[in-house]
Amino acid sequence: MIIEYENVIIKTVCRLLIPFIQLFSIYVIMHGHYSPGGGFQGGVILGASFILLVIAYGLEESRRRISLKALTIYACLGLFLYSGIGALCLLMGANYLDYGRLPLPISSIATIRAMGILGIEIGVGMAVMAIMISIFLAIASYETGGEDG
Amino acid sequence: MKTFALLAVLLTGGLLIYGVEDMPGWGDPNSPPSLHVSPRYIEKTMEETDTPDMVTSVLADYRGYDTLGETTVIFTAGIACLLLLRRNRQ
Repeated sequence: MIIEYENVIIKTVCRLLIPFIQLFSIYVIMHGHYSPGGGFQGGVILGASFILLVIAYGLEESRRRISLKALTIYACLGLFLYSGIGALCLLMGANYLDYGRLPLPISSIATIRAMGILGIEIGVGMAVMAIMISIFLAIASYETGGEDG
Repeated sequence: MKTFALLAVLLTGGLLIYGVEDMPGWGDPNSPPSLHVSPRYIEKTMEETDTPDMVTSVLADYRGYDTLGETTVIFTAGIACLLLLRRNRQ
């Protein structure tokens, strides 16, 4: 069981840092087209920010902000977004995961493909983030027999 | 039984090392992937996917199936962890 840290420095620094870490992770996901990065890396950074929250504020406080049930739904949604985009390509008459014919109001096929890549990166990021946090929460709350939730 | 296991491991390892001999050298410019696949991706990435980062376009577009599989692996690992570690209410 991770208990709350009674240390004002740790709490304040974490409270200040976490929004910037989350912003940076979204930047890493969105900027995967132009620089190193993408769904996996951004998702792990986003998950790490929540893990920092758990370490600094304890499990009880964090449970009020993130529930294991919602995380499972996020993981499923991320994978569903990925395979759903692939199936949408199939419906539009292209091959599976061939983003060229996605119904987007953009004239250039290359840009549509870039948008398809962005879509699946977001899906990957959601799934990785949710799985990272839920594995951590499951391990951290195992010994106390934490409730499902 | 232990001798048999050791023998099996040694045999498999020896076969693998023997197989490595036939692989193209590290970074060999004349190996088949460097001759056909890589130049194709490098030349066409911008005009086909409008993505300057080639790693992303190969990962998410040309090799989309692979990444879908990776995501599924992570998803399955996470769900399995939850099933094993989450304590059931009795």
